[in-house]
Amino acid sequence: MKDENHGEVWELRLYVAGQTPKSIQAFANLKKICEEYLAGKYRIEVVDLMENPQLAQGDQILAVPTLVRKLPQPIKKIIGDLSNTERVLVGLDVRQV
Amino acid sequence: MQQGKQRSYEELRLEKSPTGIRGFDEITQGGLPRGRTALVTGGPGTGKTMFAMEFLVKGATEFGETGVFVSFEETPDELIANSASLGFSLPELCESNRLHMDYVRVERSEIEETGEYDLEGLFIRLSHAINSVGAKRLVLDTIETLFSGLSNASILRAELRRLFRWLKDKGMTTIVTGERGANSLTREGLEEYVSDCVILLDHRVAEQVSTRRIRVVKYRGTEHGTNEYPFLISGRGFMVLPITSMKLDYQADEEHVSSGIPRLDAMLDGKGFYRGSLLLVSGTAGTGKTSVAASFADAACRRGERCMYFAFEESDQQLIRNMRSIGLDLRRWVEKGRLMIVGQRPTVHGLEHHLMTMQFMIDDFDPAMVVVDPITNLTQVGIISDVRAMLARLVDHLKGRKITVFFTSLTQGGADEEMTEVGISSLADTWLKLQNLETGGERNRAITILKSRGMAHSNQVREFLLTSEGIDLVDVYVGPEGVLTGSARVSREADEKAREAALRLEIDRLDAERKKKRALLEERIARLRSEFEGDERELEGRIHLEKLKMETMIQKRKEIGISRKAET
Repeated sequence: MKDENHGEVWELRLYVAGQTPKSIQAFANLKKICEEYLAGKYRIEVVDLMENPQLAQGDQILAVPTLVRKLPQPIKKIIGDLSNTERVLVGLDVRQV
Repeated sequence: MQQGKQRSYEELRLEKSPTGIRGFDEITQGGLPRGRTALVTGGPGTGKTMFAMEFLVKGATEFGETGVFVSFEETPDELIANSASLGFSLPELCESNRLHMDYVRVERSEIEETGEYDLEGLFIRLSHAINSVGAKRLVLDTIETLFSGLSNASILRAELRRLFRWLKDKGMTTIVTGERGANSLTREGLEEYVSDCVILLDHRVAEQVSTRRIRVVKYRGTEHGTNEYPFLISGRGFMVLPITSMKLDYQADEEHVSSGIPRLDAMLDGKGFYRGSLLLVSGTAGTGKTSVAASFADAACRRGERCMYFAFEESDQQLIRNMRSIGLDLRRWVEKGRLMIVGQRPTVHGLEHHLMTMQFMIDDFDPAMVVVDPITNLTQVGIISDVRAMLARLVDHLKGRKITVFFTSLTQGGADEEMTEVGISSLADTWLKLQNLETGGERNRAITILKSRGMAHSNQVREFLLTSEGIDLVDVYVGPEGVLTGSARVSREADEKAREAALRLEIDRLDAERKKKRALLEERIARLRSEFEGDERELEGRIHLEKLKMETMIQKRKEIGISRKAET
């Protein structure tokens, strides 16, 4: 029960719009959190909507940056530059190890 | 110099983007501001979405401008289904790339916010959607949903401001819808960002009848009607009334058409009424308004024209049956497709809905004449001033199409009989008044022409008879006792006959006397003559005798002379 997440792969997708300070900040924050809490069991895909605008519709992206937890289900979304680690963990539903 | 200045004014004038919504482009003198954002606000169920959708559909189908519909509330499937009820086929428009629909879902429970963000994702989506179909028109329905999905209002407000600026820069003619707040036009104060044009939709119920209203609250740089206008959402889309211009610019027809009642035609300058005019027949209950109306309709059908009859008090079958009793066979015209009887209680719909339904039916059937029997029933569904305005619009619409209009109007007993309840009489070109005259213990019908524009018409009151052969008008007797009708007229006729007979007798008597006197005279002459003849004969005899005597005397004297040998 405690190790519910064990063995699962966290599939995360970060939507950004170009290389803005906010998106760079968001990616750095995300990387840090993942290394700390999900080391070795996460995958981050960065989608630049400037290059692929058609992808915005699929995940209902409005705000950037938006982090989408594709796996494990259900889908979760976190918007903003992910500067508040605690809220990111709550949003991703990651239990502190 | 002057020329150049004028041209620049012309160029500076606000360009409009026609919505194609019937009536709306008239009240805004051309539609929404081109390349700008308009706010359409109203309570729930006031038709904001459909207004916006029609703007896009008409843009694509009538003005060659493609559109993007960004929905924050309804999915494309829901929109397709809802629009189908207005007669719009969205899938077809989407397939031909004339319309693009995008559904933006904002679910707060799924979203966690942390740190700074912006709505660039939305901008990219809009930009992508606009570019994919080359859109000129955009609808955001309703962007306020963002406020319930995202908690950072200060970011949202800044981003919305940026969005509207961005849309203006892109030259998109945009409709943003908003939900009306308790004390403001929109809950989130969208009117703060959209300052060019604000349209308010309203849906209210008065005396169990619902009416929708539209008002242009604000429209920068243009004159616009500031009134509330009724509007409808129907199977043919949105429609703002008035749908016709209020200008009186229709052609006046010189052609006369018969009323179907020969004596009435005679009263109307001998020719009947003008085609394309408005006839009004008013009268209290039971004065024969429907019969006159049916007679007019019958005459129109006889001429081979089409006639549409709105019966607000009878069903079509009932009307046909009742008119048969006065010798009008309406069924054959119905069967031939020349007559269309629409039996309907007006209370079924609201006033505007009613007017619109009538107009659609009239436009479809394309009649030469329209009968509304009676217009007074419409007051049951609306305020008199509304009814009057509505009828005026209907009449203008019909006159513009050269359709002869025939209204009957019920006058309440006791009310001024020369007042129609809805005060429509000033619109009427020909106004016939039917009345019941109660004399000698009975009621009889009489007809008068109160007015008939543009023709020398009779000023006489005529008695109006409903016979099994139709309507007949007879002269009434006007004497010291007033107008006589019915039995009084009949007894007056009998009186008159008796008097005539008496006179005839008197004449005969006098003539006989004259003859008798002459006979007497002649008899006397004859007698005198015979007396005279007797005397004459006697005197002649005496003359003869005396002559003989004298001759004899002379003879004797000669003989004596001879005998005396006297010298002669």
